[in-house]
Amino acid sequence: MKTREAPVSVTNACKLCSPLGAVLAFKGIEGAVCILHGSQGCATYIRRYMISHYKEPLDVASSSFSEDAAVFGGAASLMQGLDNLIKQYRPAVIGIATTCLSETIGDDVGRILQDYVKNRGAAKLPALINVSTPAYKGTHADGFLAAAKSAVEALAEKSEKENTLNLFPGMVSPEDIRHLKELLADFGIEYTLFPDYSETMDAGQWGGYKLIPPGGTPVKSLKNTANAALTIEFGISAQNGDSPGKFLEEKFGVKNVNMPLPIGVKATDNFIEKLEEISGATVPDKYLFERGRLIDSYVDAHKYVFGVKAAVFGDEDMVAAMAVFLDEIGMVPSICASGAPAGKLEKYLRSAITDFDGKGITVLEDADFEIIEGAVEKTSPAVMIGSSKGYKISRKLDIPLIRCAFPVHDRIGGARIALAGYTGTQKIFDSIVNSLLEARQDASPVGFSYM
Amino acid sequence: MKKTAEIKPEDAAKELIEAYPVKVGRKRAKQIIINEVGLEEQVPEVMANVRTIPGIITMRGCSYAGCKGVVLGPTRDILQITHGPIGCGFYSWLTRRNQTRPAGMKDPNYMPYAMSTDMQEEQIIFGGEKKLKKAIEEAIDIFHPKAIGIFSTCPVGLIGDDVHAVARDMEEKHPGINIFGFSCEGYKGVSQSAGHHVANNKVFTDVVGLIDTPKQGKYKVNILGEYNIGGDAFEIERIFEKAGITLHSTFSGNSVYEEFASAHTADLNVVMCHRSINYLAEMMEKKYGIPWFKVNFVGAEATAKSLRKIAEYYGDKELKDNVEKVIEEELGEVEAARKDAASRCAGKTAMLFVGGSRAHHYQELFRELGMKTIAAGYEFAHRDDYEGRKVIPSIRVDADSRNIEELKVTQDPERYRDRLTEEDRKRLGDEFKFKNYEGMMPDMDKNTLVIDDLNHHEMEVLIEKYRPDIFCAGVKEKYVVQKYGIPLKQLHSYDYGGPYAGFKGAVNFYHDIDEMLSTKVWSLVKAPWDDSPQLTARYACE
Repeated sequence: MKTREAPVSVTNACKLCSPLGAVLAFKGIEGAVCILHGSQGCATYIRRYMISHYKEPLDVASSSFSEDAAVFGGAASLMQGLDNLIKQYRPAVIGIATTCLSETIGDDVGRILQDYVKNRGAAKLPALINVSTPAYKGTHADGFLAAAKSAVEALAEKSEKENTLNLFPGMVSPEDIRHLKELLADFGIEYTLFPDYSETMDAGQWGGYKLIPPGGTPVKSLKNTANAALTIEFGISAQNGDSPGKFLEEKFGVKNVNMPLPIGVKATDNFIEKLEEISGATVPDKYLFERGRLIDSYVDAHKYVFGVKAAVFGDEDMVAAMAVFLDEIGMVPSICASGAPAGKLEKYLRSAITDFDGKGITVLEDADFEIIEGAVEKTSPAVMIGSSKGYKISRKLDIPLIRCAFPVHDRIGGARIALAGYTGTQKIFDSIVNSLLEARQDASPVGFSYM
Repeated sequence: MKKTAEIKPEDAAKELIEAYPVKVGRKRAKQIIINEVGLEEQVPEVMANVRTIPGIITMRGCSYAGCKGVVLGPTRDILQITHGPIGCGFYSWLTRRNQTRPAGMKDPNYMPYAMSTDMQEEQIIFGGEKKLKKAIEEAIDIFHPKAIGIFSTCPVGLIGDDVHAVARDMEEKHPGINIFGFSCEGYKGVSQSAGHHVANNKVFTDVVGLIDTPKQGKYKVNILGEYNIGGDAFEIERIFEKAGITLHSTFSGNSVYEEFASAHTADLNVVMCHRSINYLAEMMEKKYGIPWFKVNFVGAEATAKSLRKIAEYYGDKELKDNVEKVIEEELGEVEAARKDAASRCAGKTAMLFVGGSRAHHYQELFRELGMKTIAAGYEFAHRDDYEGRKVIPSIRVDADSRNIEELKVTQDPERYRDRLTEEDRKRLGDEFKFKNYEGMMPDMDKNTLVIDDLNHHEMEVLIEKYRPDIFCAGVKEKYVVQKYGIPLKQLHSYDYGGPYAGFKGAVNFYHDIDEMLSTKVWSLVKAPWDDSPQLTARYACE
């Protein structure tokens, strides 16, 4: 259902551009820096946006196209850019993503890099990983996935089979990455989690500055992804598009399993069950307790959430998992919206939510915030769940907004958003219930302070 | 740790470029200057407005950002459509930076909207004009705006879309709406500065001069280059109103289309951000006879000085008296706040790397606090912003600047009006200095560092070497600097603070800087069990 005839223009987009996603994926490689091949504005805008969400340093270089490079090609600019990056940073890896500009003029970055390696000598160079990310194709989520796949494609090397797990969680928060790593470690599983920007995009005070922030998936581990026993990928974007897991399965025969982001009891149970199966270990008590507390809180609060409508918007992976979780706790994800191209979200939600048609769920694909606003006005959800970009609607229609997805630039803690696992679910569950209670309390003529 | 006074600027300048390949180092050396002010404000030449070197992490943005984000961004009722793929439109969507205050609930305000043609591969291959036309139709359907601006992103120029032709066609179809396009593709010029120029040109040719009815009121002044960052315009508006000056049009903080269109009816243009808008001031003088001079409303003293200069321009006793009264009334609160903050801040050091005027203007406020600016530079300024307008004739025009059109402007046969009589000119004399900007360097001390287009690497060297007490730049630099244990004040957006302009703004600034310099947060970095000497030196005693 669309609230007005599908417009060709986008008013207040619910998606960002693909090079941004690529930058984030490259930030998940240890010792990596990245460069965008195009106008310097792309690097500046993308840095500004990501920095205001993560509140961390983020160096992204640019090949700084001038008008003549735009006409004659950007090979020389890119090569000079790489030279300067290497000289300043001595990185282990350079991630190179294209932009609208270099793609429109048809620069063949693969070819430029071949020439560059031949010219400079491979032995002296860091690993170079390039990905094609024109913003006129797909969204930031696609750029993220494409860059992750490029990295695996460039680095994975067949050797001895190992009993390790590849976990490709998608665009989750640094906090969620840390939680997933803890989970894997607690099960005693040898793993490669990629991209791991849990430290690079959420670092502490180092007592000094570090040019390349520590952390990230080591190149050695990325090489080893070819030899793992299994890959788990989260999210419907990986399920439907090109993905690192699919690549490893096709090229190296590493079995690939796709799962939704583990938000909610059932989704986390599925993931934990899988970890139990892989590791042969029993579930550590810690997680049983977390699970117990979570369900206990579901019981405590079920009367406040039952049948309450929510509008969820943002990346497909988050929206898909969040909607299923809301359904699990008895809420109605009455609007599920994403700016991603149509075709995946509704299909998935129909398969994942029982009695989908009876629940009055509107899925908006390829949506912008104008379309979302129309739908929100019509269905009056009690809460909105997504990024800071929902604030205009939230303010206008006086609906509480829970900020739990990229980008959050009007609050702190974007890097510490927790959604994954029982503890992540616990936090988002508490936030949702409390925001409903707060709205009810604020609206009460009595002004009760005890419930 | 050496004290600032013990650091030889020559050593610092050398260290800044040590890590570069030879050629890069040679180029950067011309942009890193040790300041010296000679007779008649002569300063050393600085290389500026030149290309950023690929692979060097610059603070600069692009032409599109300068055009849409900076100059047109703060206007609320010109509907803006980004023609291009989704990123650019999204990234220039309303931020806290610019604010606006529509007169009533019914008055249009498009700033919370970011419209984009969301160009897809199909348009890259077959052209995007059709989609752009459709987007304009949709915009008209939804918003019924008076004016629409179309902003070009990189692919537009490359695939040959003619946004100006589209604007003309659509205007024919909708004669009541002023539709104009900007060729501000990101690769034009060397920084956002190119976009400022593109914006100035189009606003001048397509908007200014369309409405001949002036605003009512005495002493009609336009402010050029004030962008209402953190609500600065609201404070300046308050002061103008209190002093009895009619703020006719602002380019472009808290502005509306009609004010642009009737700006040629004012008596005077005063220029805040010289870099981004001096083109418009020059062109309006030639075409309409409006004189301009440089003002600065950042800093209490500078605000007072600027008000006095405006009063002097009119030479009217009533206005002069009013201005003096306002200054006296306002300075009471300012002085109390200043003295209190200065008792803790005086003697501390600052570095400012921002904008094309801000790195200069904000030195005023630090000076009022008794703080010393030890290094400063602009992101996108030209030589005249550093050395003063006197160097304009000697600025070499390179290929990158030539790409931006220089308009040929002549007197408007009907609308040109000499604002000054011979008598006025005699009264004001040469000392008054119209169309003058003396630049940043003459205001800076000897042996301070002036660095154009500072990049991350150099910023790190500077901080390591000098460890200033505060660093002013933008959000991209903020978290780097703060990892060093040094507070950073964002001067692009004020970190959600402000206003900092005018009198009340000065009070806010003193307070914010005082708090940042007095925070105890850094003392927590060193844990009680940590005895690393570096940490002890840097954090424990601070």
